[in-house]
Amino acid sequence: MIGVGKMKQYTNVLDKPLTKGKQEVSLSAFAFLFSELVQYNQTQVDNIGELERRLEDAGYAVGARVLELLCHRDKGNRRETRLLGILSFVHSTVWKVLFGKVADSLEKGTEHEDEYMISEKELLVNRFISIPKDMGTFNCGAFVAGIVRGVLDGAGFPAVVTAHFVPVDGQQRPRTTILIKFAEEVLHREARLG
Amino acid sequence: MAPVAPRSGDAIFANIERVNAELFTLTYGAIVRQLLTDLEEVEEVNKQLEQMGYNIGIRLIDEFLAKSNVSRCVDFRETADVIAKVGFKMFLGVTASVSNWDAEGTCCSIILEDNPLVDFVELPDTCQGLYYCNILSGVIRGALEMVSMKTEVTWIHDVLRGDDVFELQVKLLKQVPEEYPYKDDE
Repeated sequence: MIGVGKMKQYTNVLDKPLTKGKQEVSLSAFAFLFSELVQYNQTQVDNIGELERRLEDAGYAVGARVLELLCHRDKGNRRETRLLGILSFVHSTVWKVLFGKVADSLEKGTEHEDEYMISEKELLVNRFISIPKDMGTFNCGAFVAGIVRGVLDGAGFPAVVTAHFVPVDGQQRPRTTILIKFAEEVLHREARLG
Repeated sequence: MAPVAPRSGDAIFANIERVNAELFTLTYGAIVRQLLTDLEEVEEVNKQLEQMGYNIGIRLIDEFLAKSNVSRCVDFRETADVIAKVGFKMFLGVTASVSNWDAEGTCCSIILEDNPLVDFVELPDTCQGLYYCNILSGVIRGALEMVSMKTEVTWIHDVLRGDDVFELQVKLLKQVPEEYPYKDDE
């Protein structure tokens, strides 16, 4: 056929131009893949804490790469140096790219200075997951917590990130909150920057 | 009720919920990385990926049949066509093509030019034996087994190993008629 060009094959993956990020796959393909990830990890661990840690580690790797990709593509290689800046980057840009919408809310913790919370009515990854009663407080959102931790760590804001279910009145399914607890050095630096 | 005509892959893909392909790509990369760390042997990882694909395939076929309204395929040729045109489009958003039919019509190649699983991926020297997309061969094998076809799916060409396209060979081993699970005299 005239005019149909074959994609140029690059020998080095780093030479390939970056995609625009508009390609999509079906939600069910992702849901199947995520369920296999969780099922595989269930066979490798003995307890829930380990399972959450493994999901978080998987998410950490995703987060580190997402940060690099988005910084280069969407932010023109500009770094965030302020706490609120990086939090709004995660809450808006990262969420929009990964899940198609900005996160439902971003709040500062009232009890501790170093805690922030990103809430979502229903995390995309949890959409087709139901937790059996004997797994207690286990939340597959640990994967998303890992993604956030990966982004923050890569940007220079070390933090401990966890995912929690928060029951909401009038709603059958609880809302998920990603709790971010920044390391001390981050707060010291933030205070120094004024 | 009049039978609903089968919908094309594009129409279905436009109507279902979609997510960013990059989340999918990066999650798959995380899975492969975890497997490599845990299992260390490349052959074991290949097998585990195929098994995971099989588990996905046996459930994916239900969704595929429900959403696509395809009627029962007359022969294996039609099956392969439906997988390539409707199946891949519906789940991965890419269209594949079918070629290299053998004389009896039981063996063909499905060719993928575009593959969302391998964006940003490069195989290091330590993993040269890895079939990175082996989950796809498991998915096809699992899905076809649920519709009574025992198949063998192998990789012929792999872009990560230096070829131009992804080529999967699907070979029909036998048609297994559905067995009635209960004995009549019980």
